Amino acid sequence: MTGLATAHSVVDPSPLVKRIAAGVVIAYALITLVPLLWIVMTGFKSPSDAIAYPPKLVGEPTLEGYCNLFTTRTRQTPEYMAKLPPATDVCDRVSRGRNMVVAGPSNYIPRYVNSLVIAFGSTALSVVLGTLAAYAFSRFKVPLKDDLMFFILSTRMMPPIAVAIPIYLMYRELGLSDTRLGMILLYTSVNISLAVWLLKGFMDEIPREYEDAAMVDGYTRLQAFFKVVLPQATTGIVATAIFCLIFAWNEYAFAVLLTSGTAQTAPPFIPIIIGEGGQDWPAVAAGTTLFLIPIVVFTVLLRKHLLRGITFGAVRK
Amino acid sequence: MTDQTGLSGLVDRAAMVTPPVVARRARGLSERAIAWLFITPTMLLLLAINIFPLIWTIRLSFTNYRANRPNATVLDVGLANYQSILTDPDVWAAMTVTARFVFWSILIQTVLGFTLAWLIDKKFRGHGLWTTLILLPMMLSPAVVGNFWTFLYQPQIGLFNYVISAATGAPASSFQMLAQVPLAPWAIVIVDTWMWTPYVMLICLAGLRSIPDYIYEAAEVDRASPWRQFWSITLPMALPFIMLAVLFRGIENFKMFDMVNLLTGGGPGSTTEVASITLKREAFEKWRTGYSSAFAIILFVTVFGLANIYVKALNRVKNR
Repeated sequence: MTGLATAHSVVDPSPLVKRIAAGVVIAYALITLVPLLWIVMTGFKSPSDAIAYPPKLVGEPTLEGYCNLFTTRTRQTPEYMAKLPPATDVCDRVSRGRNMVVAGPSNYIPRYVNSLVIAFGSTALSVVLGTLAAYAFSRFKVPLKDDLMFFILSTRMMPPIAVAIPIYLMYRELGLSDTRLGMILLYTSVNISLAVWLLKGFMDEIPREYEDAAMVDGYTRLQAFFKVVLPQATTGIVATAIFCLIFAWNEYAFAVLLTSGTAQTAPPFIPIIIGEGGQDWPAVAAGTTLFLIPIVVFTVLLRKHLLRGITFGAVRK
Repeated sequence: MTDQTGLSGLVDRAAMVTPPVVARRARGLSERAIAWLFITPTMLLLLAINIFPLIWTIRLSFTNYRANRPNATVLDVGLANYQSILTDPDVWAAMTVTARFVFWSILIQTVLGFTLAWLIDKKFRGHGLWTTLILLPMMLSPAVVGNFWTFLYQPQIGLFNYVISAATGAPASSFQMLAQVPLAPWAIVIVDTWMWTPYVMLICLAGLRSIPDYIYEAAEVDRASPWRQFWSITLPMALPFIMLAVLFRGIENFKMFDMVNLLTGGGPGSTTEVASITLKREAFEKWRTGYSSAFAIILFVTVFGLANIYVKALNRVKNR
């Protein structure tokens, strides 16, 4: 920077301005975080504390919500309850306090596993296909390159509901409806536009001279790609992978329309957790909390690349 | 960005030895073959799962096909579906609801998002941490968001009603955000704003950071007031970014399905029935597949057309 006193005030606003800015931004952040914190706290409340009015900030902390999320329970007669051996784990104890016994596991874990399998499967496929295509678009003379790139982007403009109808029909014919493979292919086709655009941006930044140098040293073009370009593109590939993961993990519209049982992911499942007296809010909150954990971790990991990811690389930070 | 030091030796050597063009042709598969080999799988996938369904939708839109009766005879009805959609008052009502929803949520998000970005750009201590925290809502699943806002909006037990009634003195059970006619659309706008303001903020922040300091330095030398600087430098130079955010949010909001489906399902009455909800009802509840295919095509053409017009305007602003 120059030595101008005025310039300094531009680059670095006065302490008072900074303090006001900080105050407003922090206030907004805190307000925005309240719903999230509330849901995390609700997961540790008893059903009666969760629906208490005025709302209870903290109740008696309990794992009942998590137990109700993971298990199904049946109500039993007091005579039956009296004859049972002592409770062995937390969920047993909690249920017995309410005159119930644990009958078996709930559907949450299989749904969560579906989310994991579909998210990681489609991410792997998107990244592999996306990396290859992005490299070709970045390095070679491809006929109609701009049109192809725009075409890939425009697949993102379709409302999911609009393609859901024929995909539903097509999957029914092919036996892919309500299967993990079907959802993996579908999410890959949605994610591929992002993967190609983002990765092309990252590849464009790797100097071509690296490959040229490798080829001078006797590598073929393919060897140069695998041994020189790919390692250089690791950061970009990881960032892209996390974006694809987050999308597939969060997706709801296709999941709710095209899956009903075996391949259902967690997002359509969480809203339908119903307890005895209607919506079991602590269990819903517990399910939500567990579902949010990977997202929070990824957000922190991704923060440097967030802007690129959400704008398809159209804007770089 | 990438770490270049490890390979600099290699690059130097390459620069000294041969022109790269010669090397490129030397061994292995030809470039053309590799290009096709690398692009084809992606294209095949998109053809199978995007283009083929799209063509199928177009085909179905001219028929009276119903997906729940696969064995019934399918008649070609020509443009009848398109005609009945464009003359259906319910469809126009849904389009009006959608347009109003897009307008208000984008207006509020843009003002709020830009203001936040402008404040964060003052680079106070810890601004990185707070920015990351603010970004959390947009990373969440719309299903989860819709679901826990349903909880917050509960009139008898919800935190939202409690806070508003504590602030205004109105009894908390006197208003039901999701079930009362004037409130329900705003309930959705509030959630959409909560979730997506960070998105607008992030893009605006990139815009503000792209303004070079020397322009402000020059303005200071000319004794331009902070007010003047804001209107003549900050806002115009950040405008292309703001418009980009509006474009992306506009496309997404036009397609909006998840949160409306979870929060109100289109009700009360049809006050929050956006186009996607109507489409879902026609396609997956009434099973009027042909009719809903025509509706889907109309929606797609609308989004695509509006987006293209808007991109032209955006480019004009950028090149000004």
